[in-house]
Amino acid sequence: MEGSLKGAVDMLAGDELSLGLPGGDGAKLDFVRTGGKRGFSETEVNLKLDLNGKESPSVEKVKPADPAKPPPAKAQVVGWPPVRSYRKNVIANNNKNSSDQDQAGEKGGLSGATSSLTFVKVSMDGAPYLRKIELKMYKTYKELSDALGKMFGSFTTGNYEAHQGMIDFMNENKLKDLLNRSDYVSTYEDKDGDWMLVGDVPWEMFIASCKRLRIMKGSEAIGLAPRAMEKCKGRG
Amino acid sequence: MSENNHHLHHPQQNHFCPAETMSEDEEPSRPSPPPPELGSKKTRNCAAVHPSPHSDRVLEIVLEHVLQFLTASRDRNAASLVSKSWYRTEALTRSDVFIGNCYSVSPARVTTRFPRVRSVVIKGRPRFADFNLMPQNWGGHFGPWVATMGKAYPLLERVYLKRMSLTDRDLCLLADSFTKFKELVLVCCEGFGTSGLTAVVSKCRQLRVLDLSDTEVSYDGVDWISYFPEGETCLESLIFDCVECPINFEALESLVARSPALKKLRLNREVSIGQLYRLMVSAPNLTHLGTGAFGHPEPQDPNNQEMDYAAAFSACKSLVCLSGFREVMPDYLPAIYSVCANLTSLNLSYANIDVEQFKSVICQCFKLQILWVLDSVYDEGLQAVAATCRDLRELRVFPLNAQEDVEGPVSEVGLQAISEGCPKLESILYFCQRMTNAAVIAMSNNCPDLVVFRLCIMGRHQPDHITGAPMDEGFGAIVMNCKKLTRLAISGLLTDRAFAYIGMYGKLVRTLSVAFAGDSDTGLKYVLEGCPKLQKLEIRDSPFGDAALVSGLHHYYNMRFLWMSTCQLSRQGCQEVARALPRLSVELLSYEENEKMDDDTVDVLYMYRSLQGPRDDAPQFVTIL
Repeated sequence: MEGSLKGAVDMLAGDELSLGLPGGDGAKLDFVRTGGKRGFSETEVNLKLDLNGKESPSVEKVKPADPAKPPPAKAQVVGWPPVRSYRKNVIANNNKNSSDQDQAGEKGGLSGATSSLTFVKVSMDGAPYLRKIELKMYKTYKELSDALGKMFGSFTTGNYEAHQGMIDFMNENKLKDLLNRSDYVSTYEDKDGDWMLVGDVPWEMFIASCKRLRIMKGSEAIGLAPRAMEKCKGRG
Repeated sequence: MSENNHHLHHPQQNHFCPAETMSEDEEPSRPSPPPPELGSKKTRNCAAVHPSPHSDRVLEIVLEHVLQFLTASRDRNAASLVSKSWYRTEALTRSDVFIGNCYSVSPARVTTRFPRVRSVVIKGRPRFADFNLMPQNWGGHFGPWVATMGKAYPLLERVYLKRMSLTDRDLCLLADSFTKFKELVLVCCEGFGTSGLTAVVSKCRQLRVLDLSDTEVSYDGVDWISYFPEGETCLESLIFDCVECPINFEALESLVARSPALKKLRLNREVSIGQLYRLMVSAPNLTHLGTGAFGHPEPQDPNNQEMDYAAAFSACKSLVCLSGFREVMPDYLPAIYSVCANLTSLNLSYANIDVEQFKSVICQCFKLQILWVLDSVYDEGLQAVAATCRDLRELRVFPLNAQEDVEGPVSEVGLQAISEGCPKLESILYFCQRMTNAAVIAMSNNCPDLVVFRLCIMGRHQPDHITGAPMDEGFGAIVMNCKKLTRLAISGLLTDRAFAYIGMYGKLVRTLSVAFAGDSDTGLKYVLEGCPKLQKLEIRDSPFGDAALVSGLHHYYNMRFLWMSTCQLSRQGCQEVARALPRLSVELLSYEENEKMDDDTVDVLYMYRSLQGPRDDAPQFVTIL
């Protein structure tokens, strides 16, 4: 057997296949070529898989093949798990005992199969990749903060100061403190193209206007603070 | 015998909604027409239009009559390849056209080749669009089709659309063009409102079937139910359980009362339990019922004491398929006990009921073949299913909480139990938070008739939670042991080994769904090179790049489509495929609505074979290479 076909057979004909198959372990792995221009023999297959031959049950967790890949962050991802929005909404509605919370997606307004995307890119200064999240997955700033913390937590050595709700704009000093203390703060680009601190506005307004998120060092965010400061002064 | 017999075949049509029950590669199952007799209406398609010598003419007539026995598209496609004469005759006698991808062929081409069509099936968007992975307004418009068919097929009787966009105007045109129109089935469609429906119900006097399963209808104030014509209707099936519009109950009640042929009625959640009661009393011959809300009676419902819900159900002696329970109050569940023993289909997937409530229902459903539930029934509930429903063919377990990293009520325990109690299982969709290879292997051994196996372990990259191993061996066993398997969806921590198994053993696999799986290009190569029947391949968030993509060049013309989103493709790689295969429409979709693709990374690749060349209705975010 040539090239990659051999590779596949090696891989599968391994040692302990705990499949309990009829036919025993001498089973012939006859690979039928699909017919057509390319077959396994013509394909360069690079089996760089770091698999143990034995699939023996072990309690030890198996790491993903590439150790350089960071463990996946468990934040909400668009379209996962693959349940249609209509179904999710109906069940979520049924779960609520009381309807005191005025949700956008209630009777008459449930989105069906084609609800609009509101996901945004999230970048963090210094992190090697971007993430994408769907803002509608979260209901509060706290939920968003927690998710971002989990997503990018591995890249920060310092504090990721989560904004727990709306920033208190009444107190200018408190804001300055916040920015000086935190290693990182979240900022976002709104519909007008301006960069704002996350936490400015009520949640609904935020998800309606947020186009992009960026987590930057607190010290850099000071430059944004004047806008926030203006708002403070405006109310004063 | 056609390959269709491999798929789920329910001659009684016990499905809840065509969208979700049938595997996508199968035509909607309809009872096959009785063999035609000479001189019957069927022979209208036999009138040959081309003159030929007498003996040839006799042969052609024979051929025409013989071909009428062929109903499946695949058989007809095969027949049309025999010779020119067969091609012509087949084209003249084909009455049912199936178009799996609306952009693979132009409407004009279809109507030119098949002049005498009575029934059309057209599918639009790919399935991943259901999960917000495709930007809005991508396409799949019914407009061009109805415009062309309106002129070419005045006698059209049936339209079945899946994942298409329709406008009110399209529906008006449909209603105006087809005087003999009988069946409209819209699955996962959108774009129109109650005005469009009004046009159809008021003008199509022979309407037998109106099925709006999972279709979004916007409410524009028009009360469409009132527009059915006065007097008796031909209605056999009225399905609007997912339509989020208020319903004029008086009009509905009157409609049901004057529809003696009505067998299938699925109500939306606007219909209260009291209203349901009244409808059931006037329609005890129903075979399929969607109960609507099934919650507390509304203020407008008559006094509770007057309603013997249990009696209403008892009176429905023909009821075999029950669904609905959209806002269920479990107190009212016992009303359905009397019909449980007759049920072959039960859909509780919108009903958040607890284990005990569920068990009290399911323990009576020993004839059940199709069951859809929420995972709120726990493993214990599934064990009860296994103990009672020995005849189960299809099971779907949906998550109450569709999130990762939450405690899941069902696990490998439930799956194992089902495999042991339901050996006739053919189709399973199972959402869970934790799973083991052992349970999946057990199912592969206990349920050899599996045609559809879809396991969704909701946490991405989750291994076997007892051994910590990847889920490769479990899925490997499925493809190895389930010899009839045509549809597979994989999840959990998966290495290239899983794909090697699929490529090696999945010789009948037609539909494969992959998410967050694999290590390298090798994985995808195994599948593209090993699965000769692969028709539909949808992949998201997996590390497959250009090298893997080009390894499938030999096969892409045989496929309905390939979807790859958030993988590692580059524009260059896709360009290479487009160049090599001119009859392939290679679409690159961008998630950034305003920016055209300036960088090299590809958000979404969606490609499909097409006779018509690049479509002209592509929105801004689509680049066709």
